[in-house]
Amino acid sequence: MNYVVSIGKYFGMLRYVFSRPERLKVYHTRTFTEIQTIGINSLGIVAILSVFMGAVIALQTASNMDSPLLPKYTIGYITRSSTILEFSPTIISLILAGKVGSNIASEVGTMRVTEQIDALEIMGVNSLSYLVLPKVVAAVFIFPFLIIISMGLSIVGGYYAVTSTSLASHEEFIYGIRAFFKVGDVVYALVKTVCFAFIITTVSSYFGYYTKGGALDVGQSSTRAVVWSSICILLANFVLTQLILL
Amino acid sequence: MIQVNNVNKSFGDLHVLHDFTAAFEAGKVNLIIGQSGQGKSVLAKCIVGLLEVDSGNILYDKRDFSKMNRRDRKKIRKEIGMLFQGSALFDSMTVEENIMFPLKMFTDMSKKEMLKRADFCLERVNLSGQNHLLPAECSGGMQKRVAIARAISMNPKYLFCDEPNSGLDPSTSILIDNLIKELTYEYDMTTVVITHDMNSVIEIGDHIVFIHTGRNWWQGTKEEIIETDNQEIIDFVYASKFMKNLKGKLS
Repeated sequence: MNYVVSIGKYFGMLRYVFSRPERLKVYHTRTFTEIQTIGINSLGIVAILSVFMGAVIALQTASNMDSPLLPKYTIGYITRSSTILEFSPTIISLILAGKVGSNIASEVGTMRVTEQIDALEIMGVNSLSYLVLPKVVAAVFIFPFLIIISMGLSIVGGYYAVTSTSLASHEEFIYGIRAFFKVGDVVYALVKTVCFAFIITTVSSYFGYYTKGGALDVGQSSTRAVVWSSICILLANFVLTQLILL
Repeated sequence: MIQVNNVNKSFGDLHVLHDFTAAFEAGKVNLIIGQSGQGKSVLAKCIVGLLEVDSGNILYDKRDFSKMNRRDRKKIRKEIGMLFQGSALFDSMTVEENIMFPLKMFTDMSKKEMLKRADFCLERVNLSGQNHLLPAECSGGMQKRVAIARAISMNPKYLFCDEPNSGLDPSTSILIDNLIKELTYEYDMTTVVITHDMNSVIEIGDHIVFIHTGRNWWQGTKEEIIETDNQEIIDFVYASKFMKNLKGKLS
């Protein structure tokens, strides 16, 4: 029963988030600040993870290719396909759910317990729209760029891992990452990313906004935000894969 | 003037406010006093619309706030300034940005005009030149004064103060009390202060409402509260040794 109430409350929250903003200029400024906080500040972790993820995918593919009938360029092909279709959009989004989600939930939660949200409401500001909308817009805008960078870096990581260990030559790997390329795969990945960005920001904001109590409760909200964002991402991933790929 | 008529508020089985009725006059410092857990903060939250009342109504100069939709409430809220117990300053903004925030959101002032207004409000609370400090860099008393400056930046008709003296030393408390009193008279605001502090009652209370078990138990002036024979008020007012001694000396 509690879950049903929470889902209803979440959609009720979205109604206020997307209601008409009071002053667009203020929202623009806040959106750019959020792009910096949510996106640019996540670039480091995304880069490190992507390079190593790509390297590991390439090495594991190479180590599992026992048959001499399989051409070496398959390593490049599989690295590219798994990175674009699944690893970059989903795994990086899960990592961002941890980093960005906990950040959002604790920021909004702290504002709740220190009465800053009440102060906004008393002033006549739609606190949900003011706090959450710029985060949603920023994430939906910047996450696809992060994922494109992640795709590129993963392939670079895979390339260096394979060529430096002589598991495949430069030409074979490059041929593999170009082979059977479909633009639709990238579109599918970016559609997923936009959905995940929306889930991460709104679910985390929901847990932060409805925090009750004190510092301990802010911590719990933050944990819940990460857990539920991750679950929602996995569910959405399943549904979107069914809808788009099959 | 703010009128609270027969307001009831419950949380599940817990009935917090029972047919609460009171009137808070303009140009006066109205105090809501009472022991912890008697419903003071719930009443204040109901009056400003942070909580919905179960029944009864709240009138702001005869405009029924409790029956209004969100859009109409917004108009009234722009006339309200509130000082929260923990100041509730936006910690990512400087003192100046905090004061300019409502001006940015709801007025068409140029940046120059907003800065001028912020300087005026800061000067009014004796904090000139502290524009670029962050709330974390301010002392408790300074934070309260910045919160007052933010509350008056839009020239409010109604000012609410939730325990303005909590966590402050006696001299800073008196400073804040006097500031609230001066601003109330200067701008002819309807000021409602929620407090436990008997010093505030004696210093600034023009009209006092004593809330007990969620009911308007008693109301009157500061002179009347000293002389009342109502046992609950006597227990509250003379709870401290200092007040008992004072009473002894006076009698």
